[in-house]
Amino acid sequence: MQAFLDLLNNVTPGLLQGTVITLQIAAVSLLLGMAIGLPVGVGRVYGPVWLQRVLGAYVTLFQGTPLLIQLFVVYYGLPDLGLTFGRMEAAFLTLGLNSGAYQAEYLRGALQSVSEGQMTAARAIGMSKWQAIRSIILPQALRLVLPAWSNEVIAMLKNTAVVFVIAVPDLMTQAKNLSSRYFAPIPIYMTVAVFYIILVGAVYLILRQVERRVQIPGLTGDAESAA
Amino acid sequence: MTTTPILRIDDVYKSFGATQVLKGFSLSIQPQEVVVLVGPSGSGKSTLLRCINLLHPPTSGRIWLEEEEITAPGVNHDRVRQRIGMVFQDFNLFTHLTALGNVMIGLTKVRKMHKKEAHDLAMFELERVGLVDRAGHYPAQLSGGQKQRVAIARALGMDPHIMLFDEPTSALDPELTGEVLEVMQQLAKEGMTMIVVSHEMGFARQVASRVVFMEGGVVVEEGPPQQMFEQPKYERTRAFLRKITDLEGDEK
Amino acid sequence: MDFFQDLATTFNFILQGLWVTIGVTLVALSVGFVFGVVMAMLRVYGNAFFRALAAAYSVIVRAVPVVVIIFILFFVIARFVNLSPFWAGSLALGFASGAYQSEIFRGAFQSVPPGQMTAARAIGMSRVQAIQSIILPQAVRLALPAWGNEATLVLKDSTLVFVVGVPEILRRAQQVSARTLEPFIAFGLALLLYLALTLLTTQVLQWLERRYRLQM
Repeated sequence: MQAFLDLLNNVTPGLLQGTVITLQIAAVSLLLGMAIGLPVGVGRVYGPVWLQRVLGAYVTLFQGTPLLIQLFVVYYGLPDLGLTFGRMEAAFLTLGLNSGAYQAEYLRGALQSVSEGQMTAARAIGMSKWQAIRSIILPQALRLVLPAWSNEVIAMLKNTAVVFVIAVPDLMTQAKNLSSRYFAPIPIYMTVAVFYIILVGAVYLILRQVERRVQIPGLTGDAESAA
Repeated sequence: MTTTPILRIDDVYKSFGATQVLKGFSLSIQPQEVVVLVGPSGSGKSTLLRCINLLHPPTSGRIWLEEEEITAPGVNHDRVRQRIGMVFQDFNLFTHLTALGNVMIGLTKVRKMHKKEAHDLAMFELERVGLVDRAGHYPAQLSGGQKQRVAIARALGMDPHIMLFDEPTSALDPELTGEVLEVMQQLAKEGMTMIVVSHEMGFARQVASRVVFMEGGVVVEEGPPQQMFEQPKYERTRAFLRKITDLEGDEK
Repeated sequence: MDFFQDLATTFNFILQGLWVTIGVTLVALSVGFVFGVVMAMLRVYGNAFFRALAAAYSVIVRAVPVVVIIFILFFVIARFVNLSPFWAGSLALGFASGAYQSEIFRGAFQSVPPGQMTAARAIGMSRVQAIQSIILPQAVRLALPAWGNEATLVLKDSTLVFVVGVPEILRRAQQVSARTLEPFIAFGLALLLYLALTLLTTQVLQWLERRYRLQM
């Protein structure tokens, strides 16, 4: 037991440093994914047919292939085409593009579930199509998408764990280095698992609060009691 | 009596794919007229309203709103719609906005009013429909009748020159129709030009200046309510009006 | 011409990883199926202790990245038995998938109407018998759409055993790229191969679902 506590004492600072990087990657990639997913989701519903096709192909490509291989293509493959990224940039870009595809799909589902009458009524008071999308449809769809988006945040936290394969100094990379330094992979990876559990648990609790905060009064009362 | 019509519909056709819904519909409406449009389901009443405000532009034919031909190429449809208020059967209130927000959003986003000004006007419109005390409620917290009155206030906020009502009371429980019809009657009294698709024959008798019976995408017969109800020219008109009057009687 | 020959050579080299990828996926799905069904049963029909155990398994495993679980189990397994990376990796992936599958089957068990259990007990079946021959067959069918989704996720996650050295598609692509020095082509082909695999799997699963729906 004492030996384990000593080990814990030795590895915790490194793991905490890695945690900061992990959170940073998750946050930047989520924002990048949002910046991609928002227009892609809207374009897939309201864009012209050719655009819907192109965006659909992007979504299929990123949802239909493993994140790990996407990371290899971006970090090791794209330099062949003259596009070279640093480790962090490659992590942001890959996770962001991957998350963007998922976020776009969630948003598409939410946009399609806003009733058609909302658009009709918005057009009837003289809004243009894009005005209606921006002030009427999107605010409703963004509320509807929140539960799915919360899952995406948690998936993202876990997905970041693969970036150690390109030696980004995240939680996993730290764990890998420390376990070869101390020859104790099992307790160290177990500790890492606990780190992830705490991160995921904390994010889960925060997001539930947010979901509660943005509910439309009267509308979601039933969903609340059912949950 | 004859001034320039506020709305002139001339030989309008509308098809959806292979289905022809309007087949040469023509009608002129004078300012301050209240026209009640009746007809069997599928006769094209809702489609006609959606053609008038260009939600579904006509396949052919022309429509003038005041001096402007709104079916002419190059006309900005969004601007036309601002002058035509529309009230829907299923309200279509914006779910994520309060009653006040529903009335304000067109004022701030379309009419580009300042927030303060929009707020005051929206409160005034809610006052007109008797719902100032519900301003902060969300649609899901309102009764059907209240929702429809908010929808009317939302349309009024755009300062429309003419109002279209698409079966405004048919989604309501019978005991809630009264409050909506009252608001509409008040509007008529204030001189609002209105086209109302409705089977509320009591309202037609009391408020309408003209009843138009349409079937198969064209006008069959039109005239003042008294004439339409008591001595219609066509047997079809008589049969239809009797049927819906009877139905209404059964309900009550 | 040379370019296409090189491309074909590279592709053939990667293609040999396809069978490993499929093998890992099938082993992991089967292991996960067993874990998932057993844990779901414990969660729904077990006593307080087993319910807590099954819930802890599901919540903890699903909160940890799959790759971390693969590392932990890989080293734990290596301490007790001498298994090849293929088996260690597949078992670890299966253990992780079991947690997700347990959630799917829990939902399925809970949506079998309670009258089914009552009726089974009424004709003299024991509780275990009733679960085995009445509830389980229905639950598995109810779970099929969600399970199909999990199957494609495991297919994609199977590439994670790369990290413990299993020669699946990505590992083969890495090996060939070290030789050809054309990583874009190698990894790009691996990506497309995977895309074809997931699209094909999705089609097959949809076909299965349709077929099953007709029989209802």
